Amino acid sequence: MAAAIYEFANPQRFETVAQRVIPFAAASAVILLGFGLYFALIASPADYQQGDSVRIMYVHVPAAWMAMMCYSIMAMSSITGFIWKHPIADVAAKSTAPIGAVFTFLALVTGSLWGKPTWGAWWAWDPRLTSVLILFFLYLGYIAIWEAIDDKSRAARIAAIVCVVGFINVPIIKFSVDWWKRGLHQPASVLRADGPSIHSTMLTPLFLMALAYMAIYACLVLISMRNEFAERRLARLERGREEPVSTVRAA
Amino acid sequence: MAMTKKQTRIALIGGVFAIASLAVTLVLVALGDTVAYFYTPGDLARLPNQPTGVIRLGGLVADDSVTVADGSEAEVRFDVTDGEAAKTVTYRGILPDLFREGQGVVVQGRLRADGTLEALEVLAKHDETYMPKEVADALKAKGQWQGGS
Repeated sequence: MAAAIYEFANPQRFETVAQRVIPFAAASAVILLGFGLYFALIASPADYQQGDSVRIMYVHVPAAWMAMMCYSIMAMSSITGFIWKHPIADVAAKSTAPIGAVFTFLALVTGSLWGKPTWGAWWAWDPRLTSVLILFFLYLGYIAIWEAIDDKSRAARIAAIVCVVGFINVPIIKFSVDWWKRGLHQPASVLRADGPSIHSTMLTPLFLMALAYMAIYACLVLISMRNEFAERRLARLERGREEPVSTVRAA
Repeated sequence: MAMTKKQTRIALIGGVFAIASLAVTLVLVALGDTVAYFYTPGDLARLPNQPTGVIRLGGLVADDSVTVADGSEAEVRFDVTDGEAAKTVTYRGILPDLFREGQGVVVQGRLRADGTLEALEVLAKHDETYMPKEVADALKAKGQWQGGS
């Protein structure tokens, strides 16, 4: 009984927090994206080697960061949900997956558009490119598990195990450019031991865009989680097993 | 000592992750250096038998080696070097924007009988340094330039 109340009360507390945070996240996303795109496309200088095609970096690199960050959030939520049976953690992992998949897709497409003028190829079977493509398929597989299994708690358990196994790919992506020096993709420019190798005028739009993407993620994941809880509540009501709201409030 | 359900779950997810990590690590260690995207000219020089299929060759475009041959179609000829050996490459086609002497390139093509490489595709590598042109020029003027071209 105590567990049932715990499970039910938590999403309600989430609801009140989400209601306050979503407008703030949405407003931040719009403002940051506006400033970020202004700096990225207009106010920042062209690169000494690449010219204006360097501007693709401001869309591409933060998207790739988010692709890895979303998967890491998914893995942490999955572990929390798996061990402590925490419904919010399960739903956070589930809701993060499609957003992470879109960021990964964006990174792959913008990378391809950037690769053609600079490298001379849309695609190459380089370790970094290949490991990010695998990340994209991991997202799709994870989403497919949730779709394929009707029982939510069972789906959460199986999806969590798959997600945690797939997490091994994340450090491989990060270090692929260091482990296999003979790839095509260049090593890290920002997150490196001896400080960024990007000029400060180019770091500003990069960080603004990264913050904008994070705000977009926060906004979308909270909306998606609210929808998921609403759907589950609706399903319970339809099954006629909804407990009276008063007992929950009392708890 | 019996484990609680929670401890069982911790052991299960931890075990799955540990075993999968171990498997992947073993695969990566076993693959090791064979996951090279390209040969360098030095690698080719050391090979007892020259590869016959399509290969990739990586290295720097040697200084003062790029020439455009006369003929009906413009054929570009340049040397790729890794400091140890050099390989002459010929190519008909559009070179990427970043292609220049001193730049890292990856060339895909076939070795001819005379030891030169007939390129089907030329890819330019670029490094992780980004800066405005004015900054690059200023560094060069001050003699603090550490990059390539």
